[in-house]
Amino acid sequence: MWSRRNITRLKLNTKIPLTLSSTYLQKFEPLKHKESDLKSEEMIDNVGPQHPATHGVLRLEVISDGEIVKDVVPHIGYLHRCFEKHAESLAYNQVIPYTDRMDYVAAMNNEWAFVMGVEKMLDIDQEIPKRVEYIRVLVAELNRLASHFVSIGTYGLDIGAITPFLWMMRDREHILRMLEWASGARMLYNYIWVGGLFYDLPVGFEEQAKEFVDYLKPKLKEVETLLISNKIFIERTANVGVLPLDLAVNYGITGPMIRASGLKFDLRKVDKYSVYPEIEFNVPIGKGEMGNIGDCWDRNWVRYMECLESVKIIEQCVEKLLGDHKRTREFDPRQMVPKKIRPKAQDLYVRAENPKGELGFFFRADGRSDQPFRCKARGPSFSNLSVLPEISKGCMIADLFAIVGSLDLLMGEVDR
Amino acid sequence: MKLDQLKELIQSEFPDSIIGEDENSSPQALLIKPEFIHSVCVLLHANEQTYFDQLSCLTGLDNGPESETMEVIYNLYSIPYDLHFMIKVVLDRPKPSVDSVSDIWNGANWHEREAYDLYGIHFNNHPNLRRILLPNDWEGFPLKKDYVEQEKYHEVKVKY
Amino acid sequence: MNETEISQIGGLKTGEGGIIVSKLDDLLNWARLSSLWPVGFGLACCAIEFMSTASSAYDLDRFGIIPRNSPRQADVMIVSGTVTFKMADRVKRLYEQMAEPKYVISMGSCANCGGPYWEHGYHVLKGVDRVIPVDVYVPGCPPRPEALIGGFLKLQEKIRSESIMRPKALEKLMEQKNEA
Repeated sequence: MWSRRNITRLKLNTKIPLTLSSTYLQKFEPLKHKESDLKSEEMIDNVGPQHPATHGVLRLEVISDGEIVKDVVPHIGYLHRCFEKHAESLAYNQVIPYTDRMDYVAAMNNEWAFVMGVEKMLDIDQEIPKRVEYIRVLVAELNRLASHFVSIGTYGLDIGAITPFLWMMRDREHILRMLEWASGARMLYNYIWVGGLFYDLPVGFEEQAKEFVDYLKPKLKEVETLLISNKIFIERTANVGVLPLDLAVNYGITGPMIRASGLKFDLRKVDKYSVYPEIEFNVPIGKGEMGNIGDCWDRNWVRYMECLESVKIIEQCVEKLLGDHKRTREFDPRQMVPKKIRPKAQDLYVRAENPKGELGFFFRADGRSDQPFRCKARGPSFSNLSVLPEISKGCMIADLFAIVGSLDLLMGEVDR
Repeated sequence: MKLDQLKELIQSEFPDSIIGEDENSSPQALLIKPEFIHSVCVLLHANEQTYFDQLSCLTGLDNGPESETMEVIYNLYSIPYDLHFMIKVVLDRPKPSVDSVSDIWNGANWHEREAYDLYGIHFNNHPNLRRILLPNDWEGFPLKKDYVEQEKYHEVKVKY
Repeated sequence: MNETEISQIGGLKTGEGGIIVSKLDDLLNWARLSSLWPVGFGLACCAIEFMSTASSAYDLDRFGIIPRNSPRQADVMIVSGTVTFKMADRVKRLYEQMAEPKYVISMGSCANCGGPYWEHGYHVLKGVDRVIPVDVYVPGCPPRPEALIGGFLKLQEKIRSESIMRPKALEKLMEQKNEA
């Protein structure tokens, strides 16, 4: 193998790469705290951006005193993929694939929110056929289930429970395969189009969805016994990272997080968009059963309860899709799809309830072109992450990851 | 609460703060002078008839080099009254600056940093105004209409 | 334990006997390709597909592929997703922290060439091979789990043909070329 001579030569040739030196990276991404300002027992820990417990490329600058966290500063932007630039440079229907890639575990919900905005600008949002709307609700709720499965599963993983993750990913796989059947892609679909759908549901999809829901119900119960009501899990999450309601409202927190803090605020109920008013479902809120209202356990529990509600919604959709709005030979999901998308000049803010919270799009159309003049995406994870420094002050370092996991972040949406 | 009432409410406190209104937008919008934005937001946040307790979205916007203006758009939402409202502020393009509202809504903090990062809009009295998405040594503000990508970043080609 | 019982379980394990003659190359390559441990970090959408590949339905463990959380313990790096300029230095640093021999799989269109962000993505690195060397490219947006497993099998093929002998003839050629 290598002779002694070779090894010495190897050493001589070795240059320490620039990126390995500790000061190099700090030049471009400076820390907020200076080391000279710290007290003698405090230190700066750098967590991420490749740390597996930070759910993607989140970087945290943690000031710790022994085991106790004094301050957390999130650094983001490691996945800034220029969504807004793309939206300004492409036609409306071409932007839909890019919205998929924002919150990539709930792509259907994203594209639906975007499409809803464009339809409102074109004034065709009242003329969409009922069957199309029901199909949209069906696929969006299926995707909400998939997103919550990832959230609950990886949260278990963060805390040290591996089995729930494997079980949830197993059930998620069924959803992905169903959505692939409908749209042709496993994760990023481009299924919901402006004014309609890519295709009608494949024959037999409704029955399959019904079968899946029947399969899922006992599985969800298993997860409840395995994870949610597990003693170790409760010890790790109850009374950790309590988010009071006034703080949540002030930070613009939405979705399961604000519901876990005790406010019944669900845009599906508040805005009554699409056919949600015709569907019966409850909005679960955090009750503080294991600790204070708005702790990590509540947030996870609200997500779990939302899975049960989604199951109810899917059942009702399937019933309608097989009954009142069943498939006919004449039905064309693209009959309302406009040939040319050119809205008149206006500003519009549209929002929809995503698995993570309120996904908003601000549009400005200039009335002259097929591209938006400005399209800003307000990702729910972006606002949800910004509250992290407030709720993690004074907790233990091990609890910090319990808190980060309970926010259910997706960096694709934070950085866009 | 309708737009007229909101307009009256703002006008009674700050008589010459409103420049115009935009009926075309949804939700309905008012154009406000940049120097009044902070006090108007304080009023809308605290008033018993409005309680705009959530800042849904804050958008920076560039109207292009010909028009010489930039805009900041605030989307407010009131949870107790289910009210939507949009405020627009028009700024001078060569030197855009406006007061920060991050002391009213903490959520505005990161949105303003993002607007600074992508448009170069300066928010006065902001606690921590620095780049949020792009690295510190990035050149230019990428969402400006006349933005040209830099040739190289750390010896890797940017533009193709 | 009497003799019949011993013969039933196939003899006592004394360490005697059982010789396999092989080349050292083959032994090392076999050891390397049968336990490819990737660095467990994800960048974007492809990371979620990597997660599904590693979990129950596709079960990467059966190939001896177990994600490790530290680059020091890993053999292969999966660049799963869009690499931005801000992240590029970090990816490079992670690569440099890995111990030799190390391999890189570029997963998905974004890591291959910028993918859908090619034209307008001012902050997206147009292919991770501009920063670190790549062994296997897996196409797709995101690639299916089967495609990723296929990528791993390709990498195993590549490792199987490696040799620890220094390529003397090639070095001579390179020297001649440098002198010329």
